[in-house]
Amino acid sequence: MSPFDRRQFLQLAGVGSAVFVSGLAGAARAADAASMGKVEDFFFVQLSDCHWGFEGAPNPDARGTLPKAIAAVNALTQAPDFVIFTGDLTHTTDDPQERRKRMTEFRQIVSELKVKNVKFVPGEHDAALDQGKAFKEFFGATNYSFEHKGVHFIVLDNVSDPAAQLGDTQLAWLADDLKTQARDARIVVFAHRPLFDLYPQWDWATRDGAKAVALLMPYDHVTVFYGHIHQEHHQMTGHIAHHSAKSLIFALPVAGSQPKRTPVPWDAAQPYRGLGFREIEAQPGQAGYVVTEMPVQKA
Amino acid sequence: MTVDSRRRSVLAAGGALMLSSLAAFRSAASAPRVIRVVARKFEFVPGEIHVKRGETVTLQFEAPEVPMGFNLADFKLRTDIVPGKLAALEFRPEKAGSFTFLCDVFCGSGHEDMSGTLIVS
Repeated sequence: MSPFDRRQFLQLAGVGSAVFVSGLAGAARAADAASMGKVEDFFFVQLSDCHWGFEGAPNPDARGTLPKAIAAVNALTQAPDFVIFTGDLTHTTDDPQERRKRMTEFRQIVSELKVKNVKFVPGEHDAALDQGKAFKEFFGATNYSFEHKGVHFIVLDNVSDPAAQLGDTQLAWLADDLKTQARDARIVVFAHRPLFDLYPQWDWATRDGAKAVALLMPYDHVTVFYGHIHQEHHQMTGHIAHHSAKSLIFALPVAGSQPKRTPVPWDAAQPYRGLGFREIEAQPGQAGYVVTEMPVQKA
Repeated sequence: MTVDSRRRSVLAAGGALMLSSLAAFRSAASAPRVIRVVARKFEFVPGEIHVKRGETVTLQFEAPEVPMGFNLADFKLRTDIVPGKLAALEFRPEKAGSFTFLCDVFCGSGHEDMSGTLIVS
């Protein structure tokens, strides 16, 4: 099944809503055609904010939601090339032993994924209290880059510093990493927190995120996928598109829509509403991506 | 000393005293009001801070347990609060309303509930 057919199938089956998201609103410019043409058709899956270990009224099925999402990914008609978790794999705890217990359980659950190419990004719940020590033990480096079918992927860590900063060392690493890329390269950045000031009143920001955005700005085709805010959100900083993902534990309200950043209450009539994961599809000749939002369970 | 010169001396001394008192009064009147705020796991005490619009105040912070942060984004004010050191922010709110402030240094399991309200009347 070609990606287009697959997308059509998803929509006909009523299991996902696909949107084309792009920093350039449409097909690549002619000057970039060569670069765009290097990209092979593929898609990956983004899951975010699982908060394994959370217990509370906002999700009475806290221990069941992640396994259901894993089963849903395994049931996709076509397997993704890879799966990425964009942070807050576990819910924070002040007890380092309990943190490791939660990470052990999380790793066990995601080992059920049929796709074995699985990547991880830390969230502040995983990493802020021990500067990423336990996360590294279980999931490896907190920032890294990799290539896949013509796209350069960069994972940034804006959470291991409890002050939510990338820090000068990581920014220097990012600058060096970007030097390896042509100006028209296709670049995807993953992070947990937004790199721009989405809503600092609720701590939806990265203190030095603007420095990372400035380093990325000279590159023509940059897209950022992140989590943290437990809902879809789409924003541009110049030509760079930023897309946040839904959570797999509870939804959060729209920024500033209520005085406190408290979870959206669980709706027994519509369980898992506002939760889900997404497919992200890269296509040759397109600067943007097709994002298909998927529910935890079919309606 | 003549009566006139004594009178001049008394007047001068009285004037100096008045000026000095006036200066002290002015200094006291213009010194910002200090509001002490304790940042502890996982709350700010007080959780509500009341100020008047146009009033210059100094927020003085201490964190007795672990490093914390104070972020009042609507006024672009923030500071780290390190145990054992007082931190201070002086500001003069020029807009009225209720504004959320929060801890922006991840401090533990209750960090995300650690916020308060500045009320400018």
